Amino acid sequence: MTDALKLLIQPLGQTIVMILASTLLATMFGGALGILLFALSNDHFAGGRRGSLIAKHVADRVINMLRSFPYVILMVLVLPLSRLIVGTSLGTTASIVPLSIAAIPFLARIVESSLSEVDSGVIDAAISCAASKRRIVFAILIPEALPSLVSGLTLTMISLLGYSAMAGVIGGGGLGDLAIRYGYQRFRGDVMAVAVVAIVVLVELIQFAGTALANRIRSSR
Amino acid sequence: MFHAERPEEAADQALIAQPSYHTPQRGDLFEPARAPFQNLSVSPQTSPPEVMRIDGISKAFGGPPVLHNISLSVPKGSIHGIIGKSGAGKTTLIRIAGLLEKPDSGSVWYEGIAAPVHLLRGRELLEARRKAGFVFQSFNLFASRSAAENVAFPLEAAGWPRAKIRGRVAELLELVGLSDKADRPAMHLSGGEKQRVAIARALANHPAILFSDEATSALDPETTRSVLDLIRSLRQMLGLTVIMVTHQMEVVRRTCDTVSVIEDGNFVEEGLVAELFANPRSDAAKAFLKEDRND
Repeated sequence: MTDALKLLIQPLGQTIVMILASTLLATMFGGALGILLFALSNDHFAGGRRGSLIAKHVADRVINMLRSFPYVILMVLVLPLSRLIVGTSLGTTASIVPLSIAAIPFLARIVESSLSEVDSGVIDAAISCAASKRRIVFAILIPEALPSLVSGLTLTMISLLGYSAMAGVIGGGGLGDLAIRYGYQRFRGDVMAVAVVAIVVLVELIQFAGTALANRIRSSR
Repeated sequence: MFHAERPEEAADQALIAQPSYHTPQRGDLFEPARAPFQNLSVSPQTSPPEVMRIDGISKAFGGPPVLHNISLSVPKGSIHGIIGKSGAGKTTLIRIAGLLEKPDSGSVWYEGIAAPVHLLRGRELLEARRKAGFVFQSFNLFASRSAAENVAFPLEAAGWPRAKIRGRVAELLELVGLSDKADRPAMHLSGGEKQRVAIARALANHPAILFSDEATSALDPETTRSVLDLIRSLRQMLGLTVIMVTHQMEVVRRTCDTVSVIEDGNFVEEGLVAELFANPRSDAAKAFLKEDRND
């Protein structure tokens, strides 16, 4: 059993690195994309114009396509891209690329829907305060939607934890890889159990932190 | 360009040609006999002497038109009511006048701005919006901000330095009687307090006009009265011009100097509030008066 716990250390670190790095990238790019999707369909921002309708349509198709790929296939498909971006198509670092690519459209949708849920009257009020569109997004919409954005980010991280279990396919390591290689292929039930428990604990921790943060923001209002 | 078809129109145009026509004064009322509501055909190059004027506004949202060729001009310092049933087009009208919506045709003019404001874009549009404060039925405060931070937002947007914002916010909260609630989260305020914060927020950038879209409809009768009294006293103190949309005759009676009755997207009656109460001409006005008496 201590042997199984020792085996856990490195994969646990790999999983955490994969999740944190891809969450960070997804927040940057997915967040920006989500704001763009919202702006393209909101009348005060860019909505209603012909160009916006077309851009929104194209973005919707691309996002839906990316989201409909089974992750294992997506991971293999973006191998050349990983090589281009991080210089290798193998290992933990390389697996951050497909994880981010899977999470970006996911988070973009979450951001889009969180921003759309902000009461249109609040947007009217911000408009009548003579604020620029950029200021309305960053000083009003994002703070107003913050509890919902935090919940969405929590959801994204937990999905990423699930996806990261497949990183073993491209030598990315992590807890899922440990469970498969030791627990399944080498009949080490104890390692399997330890890995699965570690994943469950991680999910619980992420969910607990996310819920606590969202509630804290809500209760301060 | 000027085709005077009626003698009073010719008189209007002669007056408009002279910029000294209207020296705005606090508490200024319309002349009862010849209210300046009637369609003024003014050359688009002339900036209006009124605080705000809309000319021949029409609007439809896909279906039948919500507003038909509506014109209105409001002199400085007056409180003008627009009363109508729900669906009459009053909210659309005030949203167009307050630059929250664009008309399909017609134009909106603000005092001191040479171009029709509904056509402005970018910085110029933001500058025009600073001349217009807007308060809403549902208050629309920012839940992520305290009372003081709500009031600060239009000042932040106008690029005020932080230190000056603090002073101005304190002044505004004092004006609406909420100095002691400055740090309360907006959602922890009562309805009346929320609307007071919303009024302070709307007044932050020293607007010339305050637009009120059913501002008291979500409030109980007593709070309604106190908010209406606040609006009247602000007009007195700040020389503000107020345009109020409502469906309650009581609001008009208590607060407004002049009133337009709107029905199916048309003004069916316009004039001094006292006249409307003494001698309503339209069926819509009569119905509102009857309802008011029954309350």
